[in-house]
Amino acid sequence: MSEREKIVGRVREALQEKAHRPGTHGHPRSAATDSTPRQWLPLVGASLDEQLALFTRNSVELKTNFILVNSVEHARQALVRLREAEGWQRIAGHSGDFTNAICPPLNLPFLRTDRAYDVNELEKCDAGISECDALIAQTGSVLVTNRSAGGRALSVLPPHHVVLARREQLLTDLPAAFELLKRKYADNYPSMISLITGPSRTGDIERILVLGAHGPKKLTVICF
Amino acid sequence: MSFVEQFLKDARVMSNDLRHRKIIRTALGNYEIARDKRAASFQNWQGARQLAAETKWEAVNHLDKYLEEFVAKIEARGTKVHWASNAVQAREIVLQIVADKKASSIIKSKAMTSEEIHLNDALEKAGLNVVESDLGELIVQLRNEAPYHIVFPSMHLTRDEISELFQRELGSSPTNDPEELTMIARRALRKKYLTADIGITGANFAIAETGMISITENEGNARLTAAVPKTMISLIGIEKVLPKLADLALFLPMLATAGTGQALTCYNTMYGGPRQPGETDGPEEWHVVLLDNHRTELLADTEQRDALHCIRCGACLNVCPIFRNIGGHSYGTTYSGPVGSVITPHLRGLQDWKHLSNASSLCGACTETCPVKIDLHHHLLQNRRNASQSKPAFFERTAYRIFGFVAARPWLWTLAKKTGWLVQPLQILVKGTPLDPVKSWTHTRDLPVQPRESFKDWWRNRK
Repeated sequence: MSEREKIVGRVREALQEKAHRPGTHGHPRSAATDSTPRQWLPLVGASLDEQLALFTRNSVELKTNFILVNSVEHARQALVRLREAEGWQRIAGHSGDFTNAICPPLNLPFLRTDRAYDVNELEKCDAGISECDALIAQTGSVLVTNRSAGGRALSVLPPHHVVLARREQLLTDLPAAFELLKRKYADNYPSMISLITGPSRTGDIERILVLGAHGPKKLTVICF
Repeated sequence: MSFVEQFLKDARVMSNDLRHRKIIRTALGNYEIARDKRAASFQNWQGARQLAAETKWEAVNHLDKYLEEFVAKIEARGTKVHWASNAVQAREIVLQIVADKKASSIIKSKAMTSEEIHLNDALEKAGLNVVESDLGELIVQLRNEAPYHIVFPSMHLTRDEISELFQRELGSSPTNDPEELTMIARRALRKKYLTADIGITGANFAIAETGMISITENEGNARLTAAVPKTMISLIGIEKVLPKLADLALFLPMLATAGTGQALTCYNTMYGGPRQPGETDGPEEWHVVLLDNHRTELLADTEQRDALHCIRCGACLNVCPIFRNIGGHSYGTTYSGPVGSVITPHLRGLQDWKHLSNASSLCGACTETCPVKIDLHHHLLQNRRNASQSKPAFFERTAYRIFGFVAARPWLWTLAKKTGWLVQPLQILVKGTPLDPVKSWTHTRDLPVQPRESFKDWWRNRK
């Protein structure tokens, strides 16, 4: 008998006897409450303005640099200002509608991670620029997959991760993010899906917040 | 020294260590403020707890079905799934993969399952270079220590101690700036990610519906571990299953709130396979090791089955007055605090570890804080009952037999009540010696003096 059959066999045998419902301290009680996460999670306003304001507040708290602009042209200018401020020498990114439209004026060596690339070269880049699947107002998160955002390493290896997103990509809450994933990818999910909530951080030394533990020290979201 | 003797010795030392208590009190005081703020931002935190408990109940009580679904889905994307009944098998599986790949260096992101099976020891004995990448885990690894806490492994150390450690082990310059210390670790580990042959991770959840694992972290070390090395191994307890992907919409913010007081941790990442056709990075091979290691025995205990709902957030440790006084290392277990005291007797033997269930004030703070509503303090009571039923202590058995005999006879009870104060002075003669029948009480307390007049007499005479 394989180990798999043994373990599943033990599970089945253990489950022959029923356990009481949870949260009842062993006392019987009426059926499951049959609720959904959205009923309990933090409330999010219905209008786009409220959601943008919430995403902005969350970004401040998370120390995400959230840049809200009104056009693709302004997004280009915002990116160029980042290059100037940080003295970027080389950058990495992937091909996409937004990246192709916004990155060229940077005029820098551009490592593409959506085709075969050397991870050591990526490590030397000053910033990784990617698109995303969605922004989430409730938590200030950026939803990426390795299909939408240039692989697994681009959004986490360079010291600065810059996300390009359109206003329409802003979702209300986490349940909406998982609905989007299901709608968009159905039975062909990318092998990595990540909710990025602020720049990399740690509190492992005296519980004091330090940004840039292993991932990016900076996260910038340019929304147009 | 037996486990209980070691525990009593360590607990005594730690609870008198005022410096340690101050560090822990500060760290956990801040945690409580942050957690309360987050929980209050929910429309209804109690409703969220009930839904989380019901979701985990559904998963754990149909574990066979969801495990099969998880495995079928994840194998369909080219992941190799291994099953391990115990720690020995799990270690052998990992060592075999390492040997097949002719690997020499391994980077790990935090995994309590690997602590549980003592994987690092086994890998180091096999001549491999193993590096923990989570900052707290790296710190305790360099100190040759077990993690102090399941979520905050190095919370018992000050920046000066960490600086000294880094000077000694990593050759860095002295500094007492947490940011600079973090950057020292960042620089030291960058090379390791790029050169490691194998990345090892744990998982916080396994999603049956889509065949994915979900990893929660703040530092990005798990993201890198799952992105750069050519081979990835994930070590997962079989109870980690959740039915649906959308369940994470509830569990990710609850884990963050209960674990660290964050709305969401920095990276919550779902992996559904190794590198797929058309993808440009990620491991070429992915091995998932499903670990039983006595979990099915806990599953068979219907009374305590809900202990398998645990999402390892550490909230019960943080609020536990025992944990806050004796510290994480005194337990001598992989999982400490209330949940550790509940499950360790199941994982490692009731008689050897029953003392943990007695090391509790039964205040119920753990039960109240648990995001998945595990009935923790009742389980501690059940462990006490099970331990004394399966092996009653001679002294207790005799004492209760005598008590039962006396209590069942009103005349004898009255006699004992009336003459107790006469006998009590005799106890002073043997106080604190092995002859003292109430030694463990009088060791740190006075025995109350029995009044000459009983309540019953007082009531009768008061008119």
